[in-house]
Amino acid sequence: MYKIIGKKNLNPTVTQMEIEAPLVANKALPGQFIILRVNEDGERIPLTVAGVDKARGTVKIIFQIVGATTELLNAKQEGEYIQDFVGPLGVPTHMAGIKKVCIVGGGVGCAIAMPVAQAFHEKGAEVTSIIGFRSKDLLILEDEFRACSDRLIVMTDDGSYARHGNVTVPLKEMLEAGETFDMIITIGPLIMMKFVTLTAKPFNVPVTVSMNPIMIDGTGMCGGRRLTLIEDGKRVTKFACVDGPDFNGYEVDFDEAMSRGRMYFDFERHAHEETCNLLKGAN
Amino acid sequence: MALNPKKHEMPTQAPEVRAHNFNEVALGYTEEIALEEAKRCLNCKNRPCVAGCPVNVNIPDFIMKIKEQDFEGAYRIINETSSLPAVCGRVCPQETQCESKCTMGVKFEPVGIGRLERFVADWHNANATEAPKAPESNGHKVAIVGSGPSGLTCAGDLAKKGYAVSVFEALHTAGGVLVYGIPEFRLPKSIVAKEVETLKALGVDVQTNVVIGKTLTVDELFDMGYEAVFIGSGAGLPNFMNIPGESLKGVYSANEFLTRSNLMKAYRENPVTPIMKGGKVAVVGGGNVAMDAARTALRLGAEHVYIVYRRSMDELPARKEEVEHAMEEGIDFRLLNNPVEILGYNNPENPRDPKNGFVTGMRCIRMELGEPDAKGRRRPIPIPDSEFTLDVDTVIMAIGTSPNPLIKNTTEGLEVNNHGGIIVNEDGLTSRERVYAGGDAVTGAATVISAMGAGKVAAKAIDEALSTN
Repeated sequence: MYKIIGKKNLNPTVTQMEIEAPLVANKALPGQFIILRVNEDGERIPLTVAGVDKARGTVKIIFQIVGATTELLNAKQEGEYIQDFVGPLGVPTHMAGIKKVCIVGGGVGCAIAMPVAQAFHEKGAEVTSIIGFRSKDLLILEDEFRACSDRLIVMTDDGSYARHGNVTVPLKEMLEAGETFDMIITIGPLIMMKFVTLTAKPFNVPVTVSMNPIMIDGTGMCGGRRLTLIEDGKRVTKFACVDGPDFNGYEVDFDEAMSRGRMYFDFERHAHEETCNLLKGAN
Repeated sequence: MALNPKKHEMPTQAPEVRAHNFNEVALGYTEEIALEEAKRCLNCKNRPCVAGCPVNVNIPDFIMKIKEQDFEGAYRIINETSSLPAVCGRVCPQETQCESKCTMGVKFEPVGIGRLERFVADWHNANATEAPKAPESNGHKVAIVGSGPSGLTCAGDLAKKGYAVSVFEALHTAGGVLVYGIPEFRLPKSIVAKEVETLKALGVDVQTNVVIGKTLTVDELFDMGYEAVFIGSGAGLPNFMNIPGESLKGVYSANEFLTRSNLMKAYRENPVTPIMKGGKVAVVGGGNVAMDAARTALRLGAEHVYIVYRRSMDELPARKEEVEHAMEEGIDFRLLNNPVEILGYNNPENPRDPKNGFVTGMRCIRMELGEPDAKGRRRPIPIPDSEFTLDVDTVIMAIGTSPNPLIKNTTEGLEVNNHGGIIVNEDGLTSRERVYAGGDAVTGAATVISAMGAGKVAAKAIDEALSTN
């Protein structure tokens, strides 16, 4: 059992939790993820590590309430326990040799992008962050990004806060103005990562994408999180949990990944509705 | 009294009933049947069955105890060499091991050793009152990586000798392939949990949610004071055929499909972990895992389940009993067929059609058998122009698994072969001092009992290495 040390709502559907897990805290690096189960018989869900405190032995996670499991997790309070918490899994974000980086985060993906930006900042790299949200209500981690970015651009799709438009707009402007980066790292919805990759392509800037969104359950054993990379023209199957979560954006078959991501959509929605009704009954 | 030439039948759930539930198929011998079956053992002098068992259970001795109706005594004899009797009695391929060597089997059917072992273990689990006690500590610490059959066996043998043993398991439940791979209807999870509890009572410390190679490394285990490490991390990475269409929605590895059903309990009503149900299912492969996947799909509500295998019935690697059970339940065997492509739905008019990308069928080609290959199995050869389409909604690939590279990648100096299997000597010692390995992590996917045998060999070698200094 793993104790919840702290809990904070970042926006109406995004929650941050600090979990006591000293072995994981001791090892976790930016870009890695953990897997948790809220209770016995619960589903295994992967969540990216959003920060660690080695001294206190705690790991920070940030999650969006999207289904039955995240709803159950959100119902847990500070001082309570979750059943299982395992990690760190996946390959840490590759940082060597990168002196100038552009971090592009979208929505709750910013929770994953933020510790990556922090790590580059601590290493002395020049950090440009572009973070985008659907609207002002959904904005998270603005202060945290500001603290670790040499330049921060906030975007909202509906123009309700900061600049109006999506994240590819300022990225394109910068690249067209002759700006260069050693690496663009993008974390967010698959469709956003696809377009960030397409935007960067004409300028030959390397793009790393985080394939966290397509993960479902574990340690590489199931093969459920496989995705297809196109390496030298050949289609190669990879496992997001073992080989990733970070991949070369130019090699990922985004359309296939988006299609696979919708595989259990109806099931999730159904489970979500059932849980809501259950909670209604309890009130 | 004349000897019964045949093994006593195993009572089972009727095929038409069991095809719709996840309860155990084989119900086990009653006391009466067990006593009658035990009488068939000749207690012959040369005991060939013992040599046929990878862990050398003293088979005639435990059967004699059954004859005397001393069932607990029989259990103690099995337990001297096997840490998991209730598991082995259910999933060992006795027909190619102990029972294949049985003297009775020369003229008649061999003694039903596996069924008797299961009877004894179940009797013990139902009736034993005395919990096992942890032996006196010898002051040595050993770490075991993985809680599957090899790890649990190695842990049990060392704990009985007084070692302080910690088992590190990556998943949330101990048991490895016994819980994530083998379905409930063949090996109830409560049986595995009971065997794990027995080991805990012996003093074995089981730590779930620790991934060796990630949470801790093998080298860190030594830093923590463990004097030897046994790696029994299994073969967790599924193989695919690399044919077109394998990324379509509705294509699973058997590992994913079985893990969702077994470990994540998708087989229950209203599970939290999703799994496909209904429709027509093709399982590709002919091993025990293929049978398990096919029979699981049937129980989850598939309307028709095919086994697609490229060789013929004689070459099917699955246990005969499992193949028979699968046939009785109505699994449709399409032998001498090999998939060449998986077909998917694609609506060119509407790229947002929700049906896009789902499996609609599988192109197969008919095969014939040619000359035997290096392993002596006849090589399947495609028959030209014999392609046809099997109409299916789900495809499950059960064509083998490879060892997970996690430990190799994080343990300097640990040598593996070109299949990713850890290289060991006859004592289970790897290329690293004090690091031992066994089971599927060494051999690639094999049997539960061979993994147990490897755990046993390594436990003996670890004991010799640590007790001499």
